[in-house]
Amino acid sequence: MSATAPDEVRVPDDVTWVPVCALGALAREAGVPALVRGEAVAVFRTHDDQVHALSNIDPVTGASVLSRGIIGTRGDEVFVASPLHKEHYALRDGRCLDDPTLRVAAYDTRVVDGEVQVGGRRPECPQ
Amino acid sequence: MTSTTPRPRLVVVGHGMVGHRLVQAAVERGLTATHDVVVVGQEPRPAYDRVALTSYFAASGPEELSLLPSGSYDDPAVELLLGTEVTALDRAERTVSLRDGRVLGYDQLVLATGAAPFVPPVPGHDLDGCFVYRTIEDLDAIRAAAGPATAGVVVGGGLLGLEAANALVQLGLETHVVEMAPRLMPVQLDEAAGATLVRHVEGLGVRVHTGVATESVSGTDRVDGLALAGGARVEAQVVVFSAGIRPRDALARAAGLEVAERGGVLVDEQCRSSDERIWAVGECAAPGGRMYGLVAPGYDMAEVVVDALLGGAGRFVGADMSTKLKLLGVDVASFGDAFATTDGALELVFSDAVAGLYKKLVVSDDGRRLLGGILVGDASAYGVLRPMVASGIDLPDNPEELILPPSRGGATTGVASLPPEAQVCSCNNVTKATLLERLDVAHPGPDGAEHHCGDVAALKACTGAGSTCGSCVGTVKAIVEDHFAAQGREVSRALCEHFALSRAELFDVVAIHGYRSFDEVVTAHGTGRGCDVCKPTVASVLASLVNEHVLGEQRAVLQDTNDAFLANIQRNGSYSVVPRIPGGEITPDKLIVIGEVARDHGLYTKITGGQRIDLFGARVEELPVIWRRLVDAGFESGHAYGKSLRTVKSCVGSTWCRFGVQDSVQMAIDLELRYRGLRSPHKLKGGVSGCARECAEARSKDFGVIATEKGWNLYVGGNGGATPAHARLLAGDLDDETLVRYLDRYLMYYVRTADRLQRTAPWLDSLEGGLDRLREVVVDDVLGLGSELEAAMARHVATYVDEWSAVLDDPDKLARFVSFVNAPETPDPAVSFGTARDQIVPAGPVDLGATIAMGAPA
Ligand code: SRM
Ligand SMILES: Cc1cc2nc3c(=O)[nH]c(=O)nc-3n(C[C@H](O)[C@H](O)[C@H](O)COP(=O)(O)OP(=O)(O)OC[C@H]3O[C@@H](n4cnc5c(N)ncnc54)[C@H](O)[C@@H]3O)c2cc1C
Ligand code: SF4
Ligand code: FES
Repeated sequence: MSATAPDEVRVPDDVTWVPVCALGALAREAGVPALVRGEAVAVFRTHDDQVHALSNIDPVTGASVLSRGIIGTRGDEVFVASPLHKEHYALRDGRCLDDPTLRVAAYDTRVVDGEVQVGGRRPECPQ
Repeated sequence: MTSTTPRPRLVVVGHGMVGHRLVQAAVERGLTATHDVVVVGQEPRPAYDRVALTSYFAASGPEELSLLPSGSYDDPAVELLLGTEVTALDRAERTVSLRDGRVLGYDQLVLATGAAPFVPPVPGHDLDGCFVYRTIEDLDAIRAAAGPATAGVVVGGGLLGLEAANALVQLGLETHVVEMAPRLMPVQLDEAAGATLVRHVEGLGVRVHTGVATESVSGTDRVDGLALAGGARVEAQVVVFSAGIRPRDALARAAGLEVAERGGVLVDEQCRSSDERIWAVGECAAPGGRMYGLVAPGYDMAEVVVDALLGGAGRFVGADMSTKLKLLGVDVASFGDAFATTDGALELVFSDAVAGLYKKLVVSDDGRRLLGGILVGDASAYGVLRPMVASGIDLPDNPEELILPPSRGGATTGVASLPPEAQVCSCNNVTKATLLERLDVAHPGPDGAEHHCGDVAALKACTGAGSTCGSCVGTVKAIVEDHFAAQGREVSRALCEHFALSRAELFDVVAIHGYRSFDEVVTAHGTGRGCDVCKPTVASVLASLVNEHVLGEQRAVLQDTNDAFLANIQRNGSYSVVPRIPGGEITPDKLIVIGEVARDHGLYTKITGGQRIDLFGARVEELPVIWRRLVDAGFESGHAYGKSLRTVKSCVGSTWCRFGVQDSVQMAIDLELRYRGLRSPHKLKGGVSGCARECAEARSKDFGVIATEKGWNLYVGGNGGATPAHARLLAGDLDDETLVRYLDRYLMYYVRTADRLQRTAPWLDSLEGGLDRLREVVVDDVLGLGSELEAAMARHVATYVDEWSAVLDDPDKLARFVSFVNAPETPDPAVSFGTARDQIVPAGPVDLGATIAMGAPA
């Protein structure tokens, strides 16, 4: 099956940056689900306006729900709590703060002219 | 292998509190390894907590008081014979004869027959309507007689008499107490203390007649009143005699054992009678000629006898006769040398007639040691003062500070000053040192596994402290907190790393400052940016105080996912839809709408345990369409997702049922509509039954209402779930208006003071004073909070709007209900279904991190 993700933008270094939404449409300390190259990705905006993206799939249940979790902090680490069973994943890199064997994939993000874009899956991430 | 020599047999006569303790001690200390034990009990059930007898009226049944709920001992060497009585004792043959004809031989015999209430032989004392107050059967009989009665009188104004008066008040009778002595509780209180107590008790509507003798009980076949010396008369249809107790020593007397001058089996310091094979313990025994009418000395005697049978040298050397109790809501304590009989003893007295306080300390002539005291109106210092007497530690320089109220320069008496050997729980003889050791040193827990006690509940289970009369629980709690604090291991009530406050404290902070947003609260009182614990908690507090939409600006990001999408998330990421069906009543037309919506959207449909219908399997983006149809048909959110009112379950009641005495459906609907949408620390459920048959299972709810001929009984603090609890009676025979007023107060008080995720039953247990305290706050309004709580509820009722229709009218709020922000038309393919029994069910989990093919089937 061929994937036709919406509005792909080719960037010079060969990464596909996928536009998700206007930064203004993303509330602080909230997440939204986005479709990125056929994958469900959760895109979050922190209190200090950083934008992070993780796979939307909760690794424990396989449900596509992480964008609906609550954003919080543990020490300096900003996390999203899975809405199903409350495991906490660092927004920075997808590591689970409660269980070192769990991790979700993290994606590059950037904001261009007020538009949130999601790039490639980070290399250290599980496939 | 069977042994040929029979094992020696220990027979225990009486399965009351002390008989039971004796058997427990025999099992725990290994006596049953060598002896068989047979216990004979006259009452129809195993031993129960007689000290807590009055709570039977609020209990769901006799089992709640039982000391042996399983009905038998685990140890096969112990045999329990109930509902039969020892009628004769043959010392020469070493046998006892039972009422049912059996004869049992014994090697050792323990008498634990307790005491019987003394009924003064006044004319008419045996008329119908005369009772004593000792057993569960007595209470059943009193309750039955109280039904048609309007007034009751207790003969005797001692400790037990006042307890019985309390019961009559609870049963709704106009209550009198007649006491021959010039004051109440003559054994424990001096004149001034007695007078203070009378003012309290009369303030609660009990008429006290002191210094008068009862001449006769009047009535033809049933009691109709009491004639007092001097010609006065009290009209009453129920008379309870509580004029002291007499040891049940008849068996011993008939068998020729020595008895004490004032009754009781005369025993030595090992509790051995004049026959070396016969022992006596508890209220039937008189060690050194004196009988003890409290349970703690009886427990000590039981330990001493088991010790003696094991060859030990334990001695019973008198006991602490201190008492602290709450009588009709009034604190009363008397301890040590309360009457200053010690040579040269000095009295320090603080009294405040307006506040109803009387506090007296008795100190040694040099002012160094505390000898005893009396506290009426406020006995909070008892926990610290009584052990000071027992351990003889030096008093502080200004001993009066121990009884002065804090506002007058008095210190708050701390447990830190208690020496380790101080006995904290007198009922179960537990010292401060024992409590600390259980906190610090690993030991086998109730399940046999090694553990450290971590809180009051664990200490209670492990040491028994606080499990009998309960008067020491406050002190035990203070010791735990003090100890953990000293180790820097605060028993933290903090919500999470962002707030050092408990939920109740946070509630007050938000209310006082009038905060409207999480940011304001966390900036002023917290650290960091919050988390999945404190955000929903603050959201709930804000919702209780300011009834704005839960998805309002700034609020939506605080909500748990269920609240955030006004639906319950399921394991495959889909949601369920539960429209409110108040009281479970629904028209055929509305039923059809639900059916049509479910069919058109292919939803799994199930009748819930809460008398309504749950539609499962809605995708997040389908929720608005589904709710549009439901709202248009007149449905509202059922709040199945919120920590808020769920359902008020009803039975069909007087409208149809041949037994119903009130319209329970109407009441359930009214209550469900009144409290719908109320955000609370945990979910809330209610029930209304049309008669005592209780088909609505109201007593398994946070509030349960059961119809009576005269109105409604209100029960509180019930739940099903993981730790089921039966709701307990808060107030009876209420009219509609009073019922709603009490419910408003109860629910708001809970909303304000409970911990996060604490349902009403554990909250009630955590209130100092428990149900009695709640009754004081809700019914007697001792805190003067009543009108404030009612006003808060009125505000909630006035500002209620259906959350779902508000979302449907607001494009901003609707925007969140999409599968993907950048592809709203593409359903999330990770949500997929199979079928079972002709309906959809979630399909198995998708592969982790799976790539979702575009255009996959919905
Ligand atoms: C649907 C239903 C089961 C059913 O098929 O009948 C149900 C389903 C859920 N129950 Fe329940 N409970 C349902 C009746 C009950 C009952 C029976 C009753 O209400 O009479 C009880 C025991 C009574 C009680 O609560 O006191 C009950 C005790 C619980 C508990 C344990 C609460 C406790 O205090 O121990 C939980 C867990 C919790 O709330 O923390 C729970 C939690 C849940 C949740 C909300 C778990 C969750 O967060 O996903 C379930 C999801 C509901 C959904 O997706 O719609 N459910 N649950 C019932 C919905 C009733 C309704 O109409 O609202
Ligand atoms: C309402 C009330 C409140 C109380 N409050 C307190 C309090 O706050 N603090 C406190 O310390 N104490 C209190 N007490 C007193 C306490 O309950 C008693 O001290 C305690 O129960 C004594 O235990 P026991 O085993 O000696 O007697 P019981 O508990 O009375 O047990 C004796 C048992 O022996 C049975 N029996 C008697 N004769 C025979 C026979 N021949 N054959 C077989 N069985 C027989 C009886 O039926 C009874 O079940 C209270 C008592 C009452 C009634
Ligand atoms: S509780 Fe009483 S009124 Fe209600 S249905 Fe049952 S029997 Fe009928
Ligand atoms: S003093 Fe009675 S239970 Fe502790």
